[in-house]
Amino acid sequence: MSALTLLANTDCHINAGCAFPAPGLHSFQYKPIFSVGGIEFTKPMLLAVICMVIVVGFFWAAFNKPKLVPGKLQLVGEIGYNFIAKSIATEVIGKKGKQYIPFLMSIFFFVWLMNIMSIIPLAQFPATSRFAFPVALALLVFVTYMFLTFKTHGLKGGVKNLVWIEGLPKPLVPLIILLEFIQNVITRPFTLAVRLWANMFAGHMLIVMFSAAAWYLVTPSFLSVVAGGSLLLAIGMTAFEVLIQFLQAYIFTLLAAIYISGALEEAH
Amino acid sequence: MMTFLAEEGAQNPLIPDTVELVVGLIAFFIVFGVLGKKLLPTIQKTLDERQDAIEGGLERAQEAQTEANQTLEQYKAQLAEARHEAARITEQAREQGAAIIAEMREEGQRQRDAIIAAGHTQTEADRRQVTVALRQEVGRMATDLAGRVVGESLEDSARQSRVIDRFLEELEEKAEAAR
Repeated sequence: MSALTLLANTDCHINAGCAFPAPGLHSFQYKPIFSVGGIEFTKPMLLAVICMVIVVGFFWAAFNKPKLVPGKLQLVGEIGYNFIAKSIATEVIGKKGKQYIPFLMSIFFFVWLMNIMSIIPLAQFPATSRFAFPVALALLVFVTYMFLTFKTHGLKGGVKNLVWIEGLPKPLVPLIILLEFIQNVITRPFTLAVRLWANMFAGHMLIVMFSAAAWYLVTPSFLSVVAGGSLLLAIGMTAFEVLIQFLQAYIFTLLAAIYISGALEEAH
Repeated sequence: MMTFLAEEGAQNPLIPDTVELVVGLIAFFIVFGVLGKKLLPTIQKTLDERQDAIEGGLERAQEAQTEANQTLEQYKAQLAEARHEAARITEQAREQGAAIIAEMREEGQRQRDAIIAAGHTQTEADRRQVTVALRQEVGRMATDLAGRVVGESLEDSARQSRVIDRFLEELEEKAEAAR
């Protein structure tokens, strides 16, 4: 259950002597649904598993028995496949990008679905607003990035690819090496995870905020007008989130492709 | 009202929960495994096949077009040849006709000449025969007459023969002179 659902079940209004239940970090922490041997299984985990099942289930239904003349479901699946294959894998990585399509496609649809959970009734929580999920995926991207860098260029070439820029004035070299190292090895994976997490976190916070405020302000007074405005904002934010959810999944996947491409290209 | 939330105070949101991390990784690997090992190769194969089918169709259409063009060229060539042949045959027929007419004419001429020649020969032979017969007849008659006139028999054949020959030579000389 989310903060919203429970809020709706309570009679906490401004005229009832109830303090505004402002959403905060606690809105992102759930009590475990069940617990096995001290390992607690929470709603975000359940959502992640549901997303996994939906992604696998959808593409299984669409692609398991593909036909030369596609049915509707297969056609939708093919649109998704072509989107990743053409506008991300081939566009960014080039011809070598073909073998990374499964990786990029898994990332995109898994992340997108976890994001979408933000606006699905009953779920109403983006799993990606729990930092662990973006971290898990960013970690995989980072490991792939490093693996491909050293596999393509060898140990020395790999290090050079990560920190070296050709044709610099001598005094700048140590500084640039440091900056390049920080950018490629620390900032890239960190920002990849944080960008996704922060966007989904903030989006969820805003929707909860305006929804909670709308409910809190519904009273037999002029404040109902404000409540209406707040509700409209919550609806508007929900619509806006649809865009953000897609965009963040796309950016995450695009950056993964760019890192892979950087690892594969010739030393600069 | 916050009892449904975790009771302990808010944690640092930037510290990832280990269990969530593991669940996320497992969920991702299942998605990646099924998509990467099974579904995407399958659909890629189908897409390739479709591409093949479309390109193959275009290729076949191209082939058919080329073949049709070739056949058309062939027909045109055959038609031209047939026309040429017809003209040639007509020409030949005309020539042959002319040749046959000429030949026929020649043949007619030849036959006519042959018939005429045969007629001449026959006439000549008849004339000879008649001449011989007449000579004998005229000789006998003349002898008879002479015998009656002279009153003596001129039956002596030698004499008779001499008389006849002399008479006939006179006749021939007269005929030569008349000619």
